[in-house]
Amino acid sequence: MTDVQAPPTQTSSSPEPQPGSGMDEMYASHKKVYPREVHGTFARLRTLGVVVLLGLFYGTAWLTWDGHQAVLFDLPARKFYIFGLTFWPQDFFYFAWLLVIAALSLFFFTALAGRLWCGYACPQTVWTEVFLWIERKVEGSRNQQIKLDKSDLTPVKFRTKALKHFIWISFALFTGFTFVGYFTPIRDLTVESMNFNLGPWETFWVFFYGFATYGNAGWLREQVCIYMCPYARFQSAMFDKDTLVISYDERRGEPRGSRKRNVDPASAGLGDCVDCTLCVQVCPTGIDIRDGLQYQCIGCAACIDACDDVMDKMGYARGLIRYTTENAMAGLKTHLLRPRIILYSIVLAALSIGLVYAISQRMPLELDIIRDRNSLYRETPDGLVENVYTLKLINMDEQAHTFKLSTSGLEGMSLAMESPLVEVPAGVVRNLPVSVRIDPVVLDRTANTIEFTLQAVDDPALTRTETARFLGPVIR
Amino acid sequence: MNEANLAQDFAFTSEFWSGWIIVLTLGNIFACWWLIRWTAKRRAGEAAEGDTTGHTWDETLAEYNNPMPRWWLWMFYITMIFGLGYLVLYPGLGSFRGVLNWTHQNAYAKEMEAADAKFGPLFAQYATKPVEQLVLDPRALRIGERLFVNYCASCHGSDAGGAPGFPNLRDTDWLYGGNPETITTTILDGRSGVMPAWKAVLGDQGIKEVTAYVVSLSGRDADTSLVTAGKQHFATYCAACHGADGKGNPALGAPNLTDKTWLYGASAGVIAKTIANGRNGHMPAHRNFLGEDKVHLLATYVYSLSNGKR
Repeated sequence: MTDVQAPPTQTSSSPEPQPGSGMDEMYASHKKVYPREVHGTFARLRTLGVVVLLGLFYGTAWLTWDGHQAVLFDLPARKFYIFGLTFWPQDFFYFAWLLVIAALSLFFFTALAGRLWCGYACPQTVWTEVFLWIERKVEGSRNQQIKLDKSDLTPVKFRTKALKHFIWISFALFTGFTFVGYFTPIRDLTVESMNFNLGPWETFWVFFYGFATYGNAGWLREQVCIYMCPYARFQSAMFDKDTLVISYDERRGEPRGSRKRNVDPASAGLGDCVDCTLCVQVCPTGIDIRDGLQYQCIGCAACIDACDDVMDKMGYARGLIRYTTENAMAGLKTHLLRPRIILYSIVLAALSIGLVYAISQRMPLELDIIRDRNSLYRETPDGLVENVYTLKLINMDEQAHTFKLSTSGLEGMSLAMESPLVEVPAGVVRNLPVSVRIDPVVLDRTANTIEFTLQAVDDPALTRTETARFLGPVIR
Repeated sequence: MNEANLAQDFAFTSEFWSGWIIVLTLGNIFACWWLIRWTAKRRAGEAAEGDTTGHTWDETLAEYNNPMPRWWLWMFYITMIFGLGYLVLYPGLGSFRGVLNWTHQNAYAKEMEAADAKFGPLFAQYATKPVEQLVLDPRALRIGERLFVNYCASCHGSDAGGAPGFPNLRDTDWLYGGNPETITTTILDGRSGVMPAWKAVLGDQGIKEVTAYVVSLSGRDADTSLVTAGKQHFATYCAACHGADGKGNPALGAPNLTDKTWLYGASAGVIAKTIANGRNGHMPAHRNFLGEDKVHLLATYVYSLSNGKR
């Protein structure tokens, strides 16, 4: 119920809550944050982020590739189509690899430039931006929203609120629908939902993700960042004195105070901060950046845009609030190349190149060998020793192949099958019981290593060799 | 899945333990509720919201009292309500079964019912076609093979080649006969191959003699004096089942002793053991477990193995 944070270096402009004034509970009721609309360089960057990322999310689902949906995670069939590649559960390794790269990139960018992810790319931010935009279109500016919320419930207020929630919920359901569209072909999903014919699970997930979007972007917003997001808690471990952070230039701004536009601040004994509190009003998490670096700051740079606007109007230089580093604020040099940055880049580059190489070299053929468990070996009527295996041949390629099966490892070993050619259609697992026979006289130990080799007849490069154990008696 | 089973499922050694669990579970939930109620209130001397607690680290780092949002409190309460709701619906409170009457058995039965409803028609569409016709249908054989791997391979091997005591199904040598009807009957109703023990009747010497004769039946060399004596015993005791010439009797499941196929092993020692102690081969019945439609496809697959269709 407590948090550790740097104490305010200045008396905060927001009123301090008085002890005992209705604060008898250890749980605080939510105070709604009304972020003021902001224009400027970083606002444009964030809008660009929203358009590109949401465009990717809503658009990619509709792309087609080689006759199937370009990105489709077909869970019932356990096949994952990502453009030209088809992944099987056996390829989960690549996914783990990708996650490691994603985590490392987060470390890398955080150490380099602070919370870029939170401010521009996090789904929570991106969807909240859209929901805020809808809210502003329906309810008006920040002041109009505050006034509306304070007013009594009139038919106008009811209509406005109902309209807002209707648009929110529609957009949220569309989001849920698109999300499910990555797991069920989205074109079929469209037809089915038009006919109100969705399966129970599809219906559930559409509504579940719709509800999650509506709740997170409409209601919870900054509370997710402040109370739920683990990244906010450990980002300070990735920061150092050369990390880009959004900071208020205290030496330049203080003492703050209002003044007429034509008054020279130096002669009035004032700094450059006119104490307009616009930086507080635009903040989506409701903090005052002038209190210093805080874990609630998601690095969205809305306060920079707001402050720059005011500085322009006052005729002062921009950058009272800016992207800077702790070293720069202390008048020291900022080092871009630090050991952790160099290390992160090297590891990140190595892992990324490795992943691309590994996927390009991926063999779309799998051979699993399972020994029969009921008897270790058996003798045929003519005295040969026989071991039985079940081979699982997985053709992960997009076309059918005929494979030639062969064994090696022991002299005179033979496969007891009519033809060593096995046909496996595209994307199919074929179970093949196989008996291997040998004259026991060549066995010089009871457990021997043998190899099964599978090679496509039409494509000799498509081959796989796996080892197995052959058990038998030792004839001395 | 009957009432007796259900009752057994919920049988506690005594009613005391059921009560103990109920008290413990409900007591814990109540204690959680009380703890949250108790900690939610600020007590005298505690820092108010927004104040520092007085703890300071690294000279300037102070701990603030930042209360949690109230909706967290509600989540705690909702979790408790969910827990209580679960305990009303599902078994969890001692011997109380829950109003949904959910058990593992009826959950299993329901799943089996759903599977039968889904896959039943798939098997049923083959049920009316004779095995001889079905062996030409690759899809039927594939289904049959899957069934075989699931239900038969643990004894007969995944290649159906058998193991000591479990017949090889790939050859043309059959204990009870290899026509489709017999195979179907074997799978549906099972088989019990009983060979009595002859040690008490024959004595050690007699077993030695009969063994020598049986070995000679399959064309192998054996002591001539023993074989002659063994032939006498065989005619007296063994011929009733295995036939005068030792060629077996499919009606009884008595194996042919003149070929090279041996169910338990070909060595004279194993044969002697068989004669002395008898054998009790058992193939379980699958009628209730698999049903006739699945067995029909299984029989098709097994028939195809020995009739060169694969």
